[in-house]
Amino acid sequence: MIDVAVVGLGKMGLSHLSMIKAHPDVNLVGVCDATGYLLDILAKYTGVTTYKDLDKMLDEARPQAIIIATPTHLHAGMIRRALERGIHVFCEKPLVIDPADSIELTALAEQKGLVTQVGYHNRFVGAFREVKRLLDLDAIGTVNTALAEAYGPVVLKPAGRTWRSERATGGGCLYDYAAHPLNLLTWYLGTPESVSGSQLTSIFSAQIDDAVASTLHYPDGTAQIISNWSDESQRKMTTKITLWGTNGRIYADRQEIHVYLRDTATIPEGYRVGWNVRYTTELTEAPWFYLRGEEYSAQLDSFVQRAQAGASAGTNDFASAAVTDRVISMISEDAVREDSRLTSDAASDLAVNTAPKGRIAAALTALRGGK
Amino acid sequence: MTTTTRTMDRLLFGDNQFFGVNHMSEEKARAQQMRFQDTDAIMSVLDAAYDEGVHTFMCTTHDRIAEVTDHVRAHPDRYSDMTFFPCMPYAHKYANAVTEDGFLGAIRKFLPEEGLLDSIARGTSSLARKDIEGVTTLLIDAEMKMFEGLDTPVIWLQNVVVDLLSGLGFTDAFRIFADHVRKRYNAEPGFITMNLPRLLDDLDKAGVENPIVCSNINKLGFRMSGGVDAYREAMDKRPFRAVAMSVYASGAIPPREAIEWVTSLPNLESIVFGASSRANIASTVSLVDEYWPQR
Repeated sequence: MIDVAVVGLGKMGLSHLSMIKAHPDVNLVGVCDATGYLLDILAKYTGVTTYKDLDKMLDEARPQAIIIATPTHLHAGMIRRALERGIHVFCEKPLVIDPADSIELTALAEQKGLVTQVGYHNRFVGAFREVKRLLDLDAIGTVNTALAEAYGPVVLKPAGRTWRSERATGGGCLYDYAAHPLNLLTWYLGTPESVSGSQLTSIFSAQIDDAVASTLHYPDGTAQIISNWSDESQRKMTTKITLWGTNGRIYADRQEIHVYLRDTATIPEGYRVGWNVRYTTELTEAPWFYLRGEEYSAQLDSFVQRAQAGASAGTNDFASAAVTDRVISMISEDAVREDSRLTSDAASDLAVNTAPKGRIAAALTALRGGK
Repeated sequence: MTTTTRTMDRLLFGDNQFFGVNHMSEEKARAQQMRFQDTDAIMSVLDAAYDEGVHTFMCTTHDRIAEVTDHVRAHPDRYSDMTFFPCMPYAHKYANAVTEDGFLGAIRKFLPEEGLLDSIARGTSSLARKDIEGVTTLLIDAEMKMFEGLDTPVIWLQNVVVDLLSGLGFTDAFRIFADHVRKRYNAEPGFITMNLPRLLDDLDKAGVENPIVCSNINKLGFRMSGGVDAYREAMDKRPFRAVAMSVYASGAIPPREAIEWVTSLPNLESIVFGASSRANIASTVSLVDEYWPQR
């Protein structure tokens, strides 16, 4: 058994609370939130001990582990207070806003031998795990091209102000949405050498980005990230990954994985040359408690098991999330860099003036049968 | 409290296929969304189900269901035996509202804006007293509006809400839901869950007797938290009225094998299934006729 507390009762916090309270190895010792209303209802109907002040909860309830699901700009301070008291930390994504903080907090957790985890739940999705397994088996050879996407209907009109609508507090499509496919890319391909062509586009929001595009450069190829959370055509968030390698191609989303293997590939057990399709139904085990997707249950279970065993390195530990934070910050910086683009005005005169003519002439020549 | 208990039909027609919910493939889900964007397309499948003898439509409170209920109300002769089992709430609209307006804002948004003094009193004093009963019953009434004048003998609470409350230990909410649905709509409360054995304990605690509970029940054990054995044992020993969903595990189990297995389980009252063509509806009906003739 392990004593766990939860801070932050937004949508994620409340669902974490429900799942963790139902975990057979967990004793819930406290719940903390800034708004008293929901706390009072929870106290009245479920009997949990509630706190409005985090320090008070940490000192009085003395949890062994904490789940932090507050707005992103509050993460760093709360994580530090927990780690300093020797408490294992599960924190919602993205980890922190300033990558310097993620490095410092990762070091602090390591020094104290504490278990840390960040809520990048896609790493617990059966199809995305299978992608990782296949890459580790070198099934498709060297990955030369990759595409990571996330779309959903979050901001569909100019909206009121919440923490999600301001960059400084961790809002925006890059932090909140693109973070997921980026986290998958860094899992599959590692830290990129550089990023370029980054664009953060505001569609409806006044202060933040609603769409993200960028190119990540690796020694053997590139990965594109495209994300747009103003996409009404999606019923809910969808995250997709496509990887092209010398020996095949992999496509995956939350539900299924499609793998094409060339006859040059080393074929993993259960796979064949040509198309292979696996569905979530066969890649997923039923968890102890299901609320909104097996992956959400599985990630909390992984945290609880690791915290009980004191296994500090593991899936989505701070060290791995720090890599994602670093890439997010690189994209942010790249997007506002001056002189980073070739404008049509600045492009070489020769190319601008002669290319169209040359191309038309070449096309006409081709039409005439090359004469 | 006395309510007339009616036996549910052995086959209930679900609505996931109409709204792009497919647990297997995002591509298939999108193709279905395209196909069913006009309510006429939904009605023609519902007509096919009705004509195959499947008269109960178990549907969410999605805005577009209001168009279906309007159509059914407008053609009482065509749909004289049609029964609705509403499932509430349609979670996405609340989830989006919570992200935008916070919990209280979201609740206020869905409460009737104007209306009977009674609702205003129920809502305001309930919010002030931090007593969820008034607000909950108002939200139920708001969701039930589209079914006015139609037969709704069972009213379901959706699994996202049921399981959230179950995890939190918020079991009083189940009793509040059950009482209101019985009193106001003379209907049986139903509970959809992904955690059947656990929920039965919660409903016991809440004092909801012989509840109707719908959960995934399939040969693969897909989304059956607690495991197939625990589900079998619950069906064997515990007093509740079982409804099976996802019997084909989103297409992973061949229909014949799926129906043969599920109809062999003890104390199963109904199966909810979805299909987009008359041929598939007919095939499920004939398999159920074959393996479950006594029902």
